[in-house]
Amino acid sequence: ISGSSSVASMKKVVQQLQLEAGLNSVKVSQAAADLKQFSLQNAQHDPLLTGVSSSTNPFRPQKVCSFL
Amino acid sequence: MCDQTFLANVFGSCDKCFKQRALRPVFKKSQQLSYCSTCAEIMATEALHENETLASLKSEAENLKGKLEEERAKLHDVELHQVAERVEALGQFVMKTRRTLKGHGNKVLCMDWCKDKRRIVSSSQDGKVIVWDSFTTNKEHAVTMPCTWVMACAYAPSGCAIACGGLDNKCSVYPLTFDKNENMAAKKKSVAMHTNYLSACSFTNSDMQILTASGDGTCALWDVESGQLLQSFHGHGADVLCLDLAPSETGNTFVSGGCDKKAMVWDMRSGQCVQAFETHESDINSVRYYPSGDAFASGSDDATCRLYDLRADREVAIYSKESIIFGASSVDFSLSGRLLFAGYNDYTINVWDVLKGSRVSILFGHENRVSTLRVSPDGTAFCSGSWDHTLRVWA
Repeated sequence: ISGSSSVASMKKVVQQLQLEAGLNSVKVSQAAADLKQFSLQNAQHDPLLTGVSSSTNPFRPQKVCSFL
Repeated sequence: MCDQTFLANVFGSCDKCFKQRALRPVFKKSQQLSYCSTCAEIMATEALHENETLASLKSEAENLKGKLEEERAKLHDVELHQVAERVEALGQFVMKTRRTLKGHGNKVLCMDWCKDKRRIVSSSQDGKVIVWDSFTTNKEHAVTMPCTWVMACAYAPSGCAIACGGLDNKCSVYPLTFDKNENMAAKKKSVAMHTNYLSACSFTNSDMQILTASGDGTCALWDVESGQLLQSFHGHGADVLCLDLAPSETGNTFVSGGCDKKAMVWDMRSGQCVQAFETHESDINSVRYYPSGDAFASGSDDATCRLYDLRADREVAIYSKESIIFGASSVDFSLSGRLLFAGYNDYTINVWDVLKGSRVSILFGHENRVSTLRVSPDGTAFCSGSWDHTLRVWA
């Protein structure tokens, strides 16, 4: 049947939408608060954010040691 | 001269019931068949019923879409940047190129860090795949692929192998050997087979499985040892350009982005798409999970990057500026998720404050499109690859 494939694919679309409609979503205010909290809690462990010193970051230029 | 049209009375075996009847031409999927009058009538009625079913399915789909939009709108009570209003603004960032990796003969298309936080694998248009020590900028391994445009490469979690592929439609794994006498190409193992180019690949949390994305519109999970297809993921309506695995604590899901402007989240075990997002206005070139696993960012040819929260099931932020008109090719988060680094086709890298939605820095250096960008595993630096043939490590 010429159109059966489009009926079959349409069925899949409907099934997928039913699946998505069944999700229990959270309010943006809650989700956003969680994202914010995660970032703030981990901020001190984020080298690119805090900008670690040359001695701890292997890529930053080392200060030259001079022998006294 | 006689100009008459004849109704050709063909007599023969009906293509449907095979009975000997007077036949008439019938078109099925632009193919011409010969049906007897009974079968032709049946076909006409079935087509009618089908149209009814198709119409009812379409209206059901529309209803569901409407419902989803309604539900999503109800939950949209605030914007992310509003929630982040009281958060302290970020200061000035001093990020410079600390290392430049030169050696590729053509556009760098992809790169990945090794878990040891220093080695990098990169692949280029000229078919070369190189493993570098980013501290010293030395090349440790190099292999030439049998195809050009090696669009995907990945480092195995153990650090003992790399995977790559591109226009050859395959993903191959090369064990890294330190034996000078061994030819790396000799131990090559073909793992994945797609019917179009390989756009992205990633090992799962072991060396044993690889996830691939392809121009054939599918993603697939493979067993490295046997080359067996473990699961395939169908749903994208066009080429899949990128994928990212959820951080291991969050379970077996991954996100993919494609030329159909959709970002889709998949359950690796069932092959099912669990969530889909379609707000971008053009191809999605890059997707990356937020470190907590509850959200992911995307970079697109529509010159924006966006943040989608999985629990709110919607887009929660757009990172864009009127002055940015070129596509974002690659995105990655800093360790805490506060910063989003994005490489663009206008040769720059923009650094975004994920929470506030503002740009905090713009990095210049590359002399052509930035095609790939990854933050190192310990977050001390990030590496960008470009069409200018080089890779740069920034810190």
